[in-house]
Amino acid sequence: MGKIIEVNDLCFRYYEHDPWTIDSVSLFVNEGEWLSIIGHNGSGKSTLAKCLNGLLLPEEGSVKIGGLDTRDELAIWDIRRQVGMVFQNPDNQFVGTTVKDDVAFGMENHGIPRNDMIVRLDEALKLVQMEEYAAEEPHRLSGGQKQRVAIAGIIALSPSIIILDEATSMLDPQGRQEIIETMRYLNKENNITVLSITHDLEEAIYSDRMIVMNQGKVLREGLPSEIFKEAKMLEDIGLDLPFTVKMRQALSKLGVPLSENALLQEELVEELWTLQSKI
Amino acid sequence: MFNIIIGQYVPGQSVIHRLDPRAKLLAVFLFVIIIFLANNWVTYALAIIFTLLGVFLSKVPVRFIYRGLKPIIIIIIFTFILNVLFTKEGELLVSYGWFHIYEGGLIQAVFISMRLLVIIVATTLLTLTTSPIDITDGLEILLGPLKKIKLPVHEFALMMSIALRFIPTLLEETEKVMKAQSARGSDFTSGSLKSRVKAIIPLLVPLFVGAFKRAEELAMAMEARGYRGDVGRTRLRQLIWSLSDTFLMLVTLFLTAALFILRG
Repeated sequence: MGKIIEVNDLCFRYYEHDPWTIDSVSLFVNEGEWLSIIGHNGSGKSTLAKCLNGLLLPEEGSVKIGGLDTRDELAIWDIRRQVGMVFQNPDNQFVGTTVKDDVAFGMENHGIPRNDMIVRLDEALKLVQMEEYAAEEPHRLSGGQKQRVAIAGIIALSPSIIILDEATSMLDPQGRQEIIETMRYLNKENNITVLSITHDLEEAIYSDRMIVMNQGKVLREGLPSEIFKEAKMLEDIGLDLPFTVKMRQALSKLGVPLSENALLQEELVEELWTLQSKI
Repeated sequence: MFNIIIGQYVPGQSVIHRLDPRAKLLAVFLFVIIIFLANNWVTYALAIIFTLLGVFLSKVPVRFIYRGLKPIIIIIIFTFILNVLFTKEGELLVSYGWFHIYEGGLIQAVFISMRLLVIIVATTLLTLTTSPIDITDGLEILLGPLKKIKLPVHEFALMMSIALRFIPTLLEETEKVMKAQSARGSDFTSGSLKSRVKAIIPLLVPLFVGAFKRAEELAMAMEARGYRGDVGRTRLRQLIWSLSDTFLMLVTLFLTAALFILRG
């Protein structure tokens, strides 16, 4: 498993003389993994995301995607084709007048021949289960559906990485679930590397690895089970713990003997109902 | 939720609907020019027949065409009256004090109003039978040669299509802001004109701020998706020039020739 993203001592700020928004961050992303980057508002996580496909360029340090440097002007379009990005607001990234046009937008930009485009378009819409809506206009779609169209637009370019930049934060619980499920499928079946940037820890539970950011720096890096053990640290930087983690803590406090590794709701339930039978 | 038809496009499957937007644009453009060639009964009759044929073939209900005409009707009536009163040619028909109507004036008035009417009906027919996005596509291709003299034709077309796409979104937002302001006691529907205009300001400010924020985010998203202007771009939407489009062009050219020959 190679490193698909390598960030070395990245520093970035929006204006000169400002303090660093990203302060010498180093990290890597393995091919095929699901990495969550969590942090409170203003922790620099969204800025970091924009550095990863060359929307913002590092002032110091370097960002390499599959070996290509984002500061290389000739490579930038290849990088953007490799790294798809889903943004927060479903409406403000919908460019086309219909679903079909929007999915095609990225392909048109990259000069994919029309015949090829039609095939990829159908495949991409099927993958996100939006094929019935191909001719629909954006204002008739729900937020979750619009985000799925955004994902289809990215998939059509067969990228190796998809960055979700708070992509679920404006959705209702159902829409959120749809997006997570779609992404998990793509992660497993199409081996697409997923980088999820979020302040919602419920979402981060599913990831293979987590990075916690605070004030432009990487605070912690590790497996979700490790990170969630440090409940106090997470609360201190203003993050809300997932329900299961809180529940587990409360039960532990009351003296219920629970392991600390299981994070998912099913795991907790499993543990609770077998608790008595073991004794 | 929303059921907005942008522009005045009436969806349909008629011959006119299915024509290539380029053909329709060219035909209407040419027609609006050649109508000025008409100067006698025969030539006007030809132009009117051509227009009515279009209306008939489009199967668009007449009330839609009337709706397109409504704002112009006053102007047509006004030009009619002016022409009747101030053209002093031919036989004197009515004379009453300072009020004179000449035969030439009457004919002139009929011709000029016919000309206006026909132009409006033809252009209305274009927008009624062609979706705004098709018109945009057609214009982009027709104006394509102007790219050579550095006119931003592609950018203009993209701007149009994004504007069209965001109309419903902005309407939705307007409604939301209006409800929010009403909930805080703002009154948009009653009071003096001055107070109503004043009530609109707190509606416009958040809308503008929102629109700018949207624009910025959209630009970012477009860049992330590899948009770099017109360079090496392919297109999903395709316009197909068929036999009926060639036929329309031929008919229009034939009409042009006929008007040249038959004009007095």
